[in-house]
Amino acid sequence: MAVPLGAFIAVSAVLFFIGTAGVLVRRNAVVILMSVELMLNATNLALVAFSRRYSSIDERGSVFVVFIFVVAAAEVAVGLAIVLSAYRNRPTVDVDEIRQMRG
Amino acid sequence: MIQNVWLIPAFPLAAFLINGLFGRRWLHKWTGIIASVAVGLSALVAIGVFLEVLGGAERTTVTLYEWIGVGDFHSSVAALVDPLSSVMLLVVTVVSFLIFVYSNGYMEHDHGFARFFTWLSLFVFAMLILVMADNYLLMFVGWEGVGLCSYLLIGFWFERPEPYVAAKKAFVMNRIGDWGYTIGMITIFLVFGSMQFVDVFEHVDIATEANLTLICLALFFGATGKSAQLPLYSWLPDAMEGPTPVSALIHAATMVTAGVYLVARSMPLFEAAGPSLQVVGTVGAVTAIFAATIALVQFDIKRVMAYSTVSQLGYMFLALGVGAPVAAIFHLATHAFFKALLFLGSGSVIHGLGGEQDMRKMGGLRRKMPVTFWTMLLAGGALAALPPLAGFWSKDAILATAFVNGHLALWAVGIVTAVLTAFYVTRAMWMTFYGEPRDHHLYDHAHESPAVMTLPLIALAVGTVVLGILVGFPPEQGFIDTFLGPVFEGEGGHVPEVATLVTLAVVSVAAGLLGILAGLSMYVRHRPDPAAVSRASGPFYRLLVNKYFIDELYDRRIVDVIRAAFGAMWAFDIHVIDGLANRIGWVAALGGGALRRAQTGIVGNYALTIVAGLLVILVAYGGYAVGIFTR
Repeated sequence: MAVPLGAFIAVSAVLFFIGTAGVLVRRNAVVILMSVELMLNATNLALVAFSRRYSSIDERGSVFVVFIFVVAAAEVAVGLAIVLSAYRNRPTVDVDEIRQMRG
Repeated sequence: MIQNVWLIPAFPLAAFLINGLFGRRWLHKWTGIIASVAVGLSALVAIGVFLEVLGGAERTTVTLYEWIGVGDFHSSVAALVDPLSSVMLLVVTVVSFLIFVYSNGYMEHDHGFARFFTWLSLFVFAMLILVMADNYLLMFVGWEGVGLCSYLLIGFWFERPEPYVAAKKAFVMNRIGDWGYTIGMITIFLVFGSMQFVDVFEHVDIATEANLTLICLALFFGATGKSAQLPLYSWLPDAMEGPTPVSALIHAATMVTAGVYLVARSMPLFEAAGPSLQVVGTVGAVTAIFAATIALVQFDIKRVMAYSTVSQLGYMFLALGVGAPVAAIFHLATHAFFKALLFLGSGSVIHGLGGEQDMRKMGGLRRKMPVTFWTMLLAGGALAALPPLAGFWSKDAILATAFVNGHLALWAVGIVTAVLTAFYVTRAMWMTFYGEPRDHHLYDHAHESPAVMTLPLIALAVGTVVLGILVGFPPEQGFIDTFLGPVFEGEGGHVPEVATLVTLAVVSVAAGLLGILAGLSMYVRHRPDPAAVSRASGPFYRLLVNKYFIDELYDRRIVDVIRAAFGAMWAFDIHVIDGLANRIGWVAALGGGALRRAQTGIVGNYALTIVAGLLVILVAYGGYAVGIFTR
């Protein structure tokens, strides 16, 4: 018996909000990046579910998931590089401490 | 040879490029030799062209390339070779060559030697373009080029304040004149649809008299600027701040005659344009006597020559005005020789005295500088129009034509000016070369100039002696008349009676002798004593010494007014235009300052803003979608 679509969407939404909450409340830059990763994967889950449900040929919709993998990998690379150079500049990864960009 | 006419300006242009690019660093003293050789080669080609025209060559247009071709409008870089331009080419190149040679000696110790010959070569190039051009547009290129070089060379010693002020004055006054030239040129194009001399002169009859008058007066206004006539003359005396060879070449022999050449070249227009020629003649006559009176009381030897040049240019315009363009060009040529000689002689005196120009400190120099003295004496005689020197034949041709053509008032002014001319040249020669030395220190160190300077003086002196009788005899039927006459066809062809001509010549010689005798009487025998005369004539003398207060008048009535007007515009620009721009910038800065506070630098705030924005979009879109679906 197939799991209904709504269940996938529900899990995806829960994951997404956990990720969002992580981004908003955590102050450790590395954890924030992990939370962003969680949000992206929540999206992936939704996309795979929709693809399974609606795609007529070979679940082509899941191609988008591959794109998001790529984007996520790039994002992590850049994000960690920024965190690393910020850490070298001042030995902290607390985003509230890093306020040089204040206008 | 005529087909190679473009070689004539090509040599000075090459000298300009070589000297300008390599002169200061590598060539040093060679710049003078390169420039002199280049102009010498030009002179040889010019002689060849002249001989060919003399041999009966037709009027020829030598096109180098098409310069502008827009729609129906075409303008070429082309030379018009006819008797008039070939004479001008000859005079310009020969006199330039002699002055270039002289400059090698005169400028020897100047640290700007290479720069001097660079600009001088460029000047000769521009002057040749001016006289060769076959259309008004190309002529204007040369016209502006000589103006630029004049500016650069007047301000040659720019370390001192006077030269650059004088250079600026010359440039601005020439620009005012150029405005007239531009108006004339544009009107010619609008009326005739072409700027080529040949085209325009063949279709003079398609223009209305009003148009022609506008064209001619505008062109003549341009000529008054370049040729230092009233009301735009006052830059020329100040231009004497430049090196003396520059004064000789640019401000006596060549550039200042460009206006005369322009009017002579445009003679078919002027003859058809009603009162224009009367304006030309009157302005010329008034300028002639006006400048001659100022020259009476100057003490700077170069200023005397400068006012004399203004006065002699007035004679040339007088000649054009009374319908004697041949005599005008004749006088232009002889004047180029004897006035260049007077300037170079003055330069030789100044050089020998280590830079002193005040005639009150000279005196007795004839024993120290015999070559300079004798050559200048000949030139002075030519300026005073003594036969058989060159100036006599040309000036007599002008005055005779003025009389014969019925312009008695202009003739009378010319005769009075001749008396004044003879007087001031006698005075200058006496104060410089005769009497007792007034400054013994200067006198003891005075020396004759080297051969490189005296040889050009001698060559010019030969020209001064033989040129007039060679080409101007007999009057009205001499070589110059038969050669140049056909250019100005339409001129009244009747030759006056010999008796009339002789009488007129006797009158003008008598005028010259009267001036000389008056000068000798005042300065040799002190009867009357010059100082007493100047005291007795009180206010009139002060008027002359202060040059009729013309400079002050221009400063007060024109320069100050313009300065005030531009001051007001400047204030408008600063306060209104700039103020507006600054106010707009101020508003932007204020808004930016307010928005700056949004950038807290806390990443969490940014993330929260993004999420909040996302929620707003979701809610709005959701509501919209529901609305659509329920409808």
